[in-house]
Amino acid sequence: MSAIQPSPALPVGGPAPSAAVTAAWVRSLRPGVILASLVVLFFVLAAIAPALLAPRDPLAIDLAASLRAPSAGHVLGTDQSGRDVYTRIVHGARQSLLIGVGATALAMAVAIALGFLSGLGGRLVDGLVSRFVEVLFSFPVLMLSLLFVTVFGPSATTEIVAVGISSAPGYARMIRGQVLSVRGSGYVEAARALGHSYPRVIRRHVFPNAMRPLVVVVTLGVGQSIVWAAGLAFLGLGVAPPAPEWGAMLDAGRNYVTHAWWLEIFPGLAIVLFALSVTTIGRYLQQRLEGGPAR
Amino acid sequence: MSIQLDQSRDLLRVENLRVAFGPPKQRREVVEGVSFTLAAGRCLAIVGESGSGKSVTARSLVGLTGGDAHVSADALAFEGRSLLGLRDRGWRALRGKGVGFVLQDALVSLDQLRPVGKEIAEGLRLHRWGTRETRRARVVELLTQVGVPEPELRARQLPHELSGGLRQRALIAAAIALDPPLIIADEPTTALDVTVQAQVLDLLAQTKERGTALILISHDLAVVARMADEVAVMRAGEIVERGPASEVLARPRHAYTRALLDAVPSTHSKGTRLSPAPPSPLIREPAPAAAAPVRDGARVPVLEATGLVKRYRGPDGITRTVVDDVSFELAAGETLGVVGESGSGKTTTARIALALTEPDGGQVLLNGGPWTAVPERRRRARRRQIGVVYQDPLSSFDPRWSVERILLDALPEGGYPGAAQRRARIGELLEQVGLEHEHRDRRPLQLSGGQRQRVAIARALAPEPSVIVCDEPVSALDVSIQAQVLDLLTDLQAALGLSYLFISHDLGVIHHMSDRVLVLNDGKVVEQGTADEIFFSPRQPYTQQLLAALPTLAREPRDLAEVG
Repeated sequence: MSAIQPSPALPVGGPAPSAAVTAAWVRSLRPGVILASLVVLFFVLAAIAPALLAPRDPLAIDLAASLRAPSAGHVLGTDQSGRDVYTRIVHGARQSLLIGVGATALAMAVAIALGFLSGLGGRLVDGLVSRFVEVLFSFPVLMLSLLFVTVFGPSATTEIVAVGISSAPGYARMIRGQVLSVRGSGYVEAARALGHSYPRVIRRHVFPNAMRPLVVVVTLGVGQSIVWAAGLAFLGLGVAPPAPEWGAMLDAGRNYVTHAWWLEIFPGLAIVLFALSVTTIGRYLQQRLEGGPAR
Repeated sequence: MSIQLDQSRDLLRVENLRVAFGPPKQRREVVEGVSFTLAAGRCLAIVGESGSGKSVTARSLVGLTGGDAHVSADALAFEGRSLLGLRDRGWRALRGKGVGFVLQDALVSLDQLRPVGKEIAEGLRLHRWGTRETRRARVVELLTQVGVPEPELRARQLPHELSGGLRQRALIAAAIALDPPLIIADEPTTALDVTVQAQVLDLLAQTKERGTALILISHDLAVVARMADEVAVMRAGEIVERGPASEVLARPRHAYTRALLDAVPSTHSKGTRLSPAPPSPLIREPAPAAAAPVRDGARVPVLEATGLVKRYRGPDGITRTVVDDVSFELAAGETLGVVGESGSGKTTTARIALALTEPDGGQVLLNGGPWTAVPERRRRARRRQIGVVYQDPLSSFDPRWSVERILLDALPEGGYPGAAQRRARIGELLEQVGLEHEHRDRRPLQLSGGQRQRVAIARALAPEPSVIVCDEPVSALDVSIQAQVLDLLTDLQAALGLSYLFISHDLGVIHHMSDRVLVLNDGKVVEQGTADEIFFSPRQPYTQQLLAALPTLAREPRDLAEVG
């Protein structure tokens, strides 16, 4: 767990309790959720201002100090070229987060378009869109991503597009279901009975209510995308090697795993911890937003 | 199993029963010291409104109160044996064999994936009754006994393949399978149509005649009047009045029992208030003159339906006519009651009147102009002339919105130029339906059932309609709340000159509210006439049958009861 201990940096962006955060919210926070928030905060800070948390250069080669085990000088050890693993993990956060958030955003955009088209478009459009989504669905996510990367060449953008497009069908289906259920709800009928126009009913009722459960799904999706992106990078289909990226670091450390365990453990831990934390927060939001009355 | 108890000895004795829920520090008492005794072959009815603790009382007698309940009593004895401190195994031995339990909703209470015959046999099997073959024979015998036609076929069917009445009978068959000396029935007929209800009640009465004791939990005082030897009225966890049924229902001593009885709409209550009058007059403005358009010198009906037909194609490919040649007129300021059992086409008729469902034949005129026959675009501007109040108000509100937002949304576009005027209008609407200013910012979820229905009524009033379609508006409410909502609707009609198309399965409610009544059966109009004609001298056999099935409260004249 030593990967994320630099607590001195934390007060910088400590969780400022905004007016919206009521006492009830604070009381309902469990230690796990607080811990998860701290982890996410740390990585977000790392993505915005990595130099603040790790002042060294992530690309600086020091062959004299290659493959050092974790010590006071290099908290998480060094890699085969003597680069500091801690520094690289901190600097790699930007890339990973960008891919995670970007891929989820893209997936959502595609899914919302397809889901609403399907849910509102009538029988013919719904049939066509649903079949299209099902075709996308029938490919394993990883395979679809691989296809994209091999066609367009490895880069952060391709990674975002690949992971984004591949995870869109699942969301699209969910949104379609939501739209259909909201469309058939009592309040939509009540709005129709009041004489509101179709676009107004969609804008005021269908859209916001169909999107409600997505808040949670998005948080869960970010964690998921980061894991997938790391997987692609591990297969050598992500960012080019010297650049710090968690999946790529795993890939590079693979050859030294027998005598330099820290090259695998710490980047892996970063991925797991971040994905776990985001998911924990997502689950918490899910309980708060969907379990109780709307606030 | 034979019952060797003489009538004088108590089968069940409950003394100072208390049930509380929650962890020790914030324990909430739901039942606070209930005592009663029950002898074999007698029926005790426990009546009360939701939250009175009547169901919890019943459940604590069979150890089904749930994990975090804390049950205590000075005495809780069944057949002379104490039930206090009974463990799970002991309760299981008692359930079925000693006490049969009939729950309210048979669709939820029966295993969806198991044929009903297996479900009934399960109880027999658990108590090691007979062999597989004799159990099968017993199930058929039981189903025959509870009046299920074709019992062998029915035993093999799944719950959803049976009608509500048959499901409820299957539940009763399961409860009496081991011939228990006591049956507890928790709202056994609440979800049923009146004719089916009558059959189920007959069945329970027969069981009672065979010497089985019966505890009947119900909110329906008329049902209670028909079945019970003794009545216990519960309120907030306590029994407020207990005595012989004839005494309690005809000459109630406690004010709450009287209020409960007064709240029941029936043939006697017409033209009177069901609830105590509100402290201040609800409506302050003078009633606007009902602006009904005039045609050929005569007032045009606000709603005029001719020859409505609606057909649906079922999943089996067979086309069913749900609404079959229905015609009616609704005059300004009048209430037309539409009554019928489930599947009679009431709701479809209402939806056609609202132009939310397109009829396959016939048309509806609204305030003299074509309504269902024109495209939605041309209807939209006139939709404000017709409002709707649903049975379940909660699902008819956007869950994200506050009461104020809901009402703002219902104000006619362009009707109120400034934000201040709109807010003032909402204040006025809230006042009209008897809600407080503080309710503005609440979400529907934070309101009680009665308050929600008031919000729904305010929303219907917001565009100043001439007609309101009320689709079972009080069916989900307790009798005293129902009384308040019905009174509110009556007051609003008087003050605003509204017309109601009032749909209900409850004959008492229909008679209380309606000027004229339309009786529907299988999508057809069986009979149409003034409320008194229909209720006092029905001409059609179906209407007569419907009215005969209705359990009624035999009461002393109202004025006498009110003096007491």
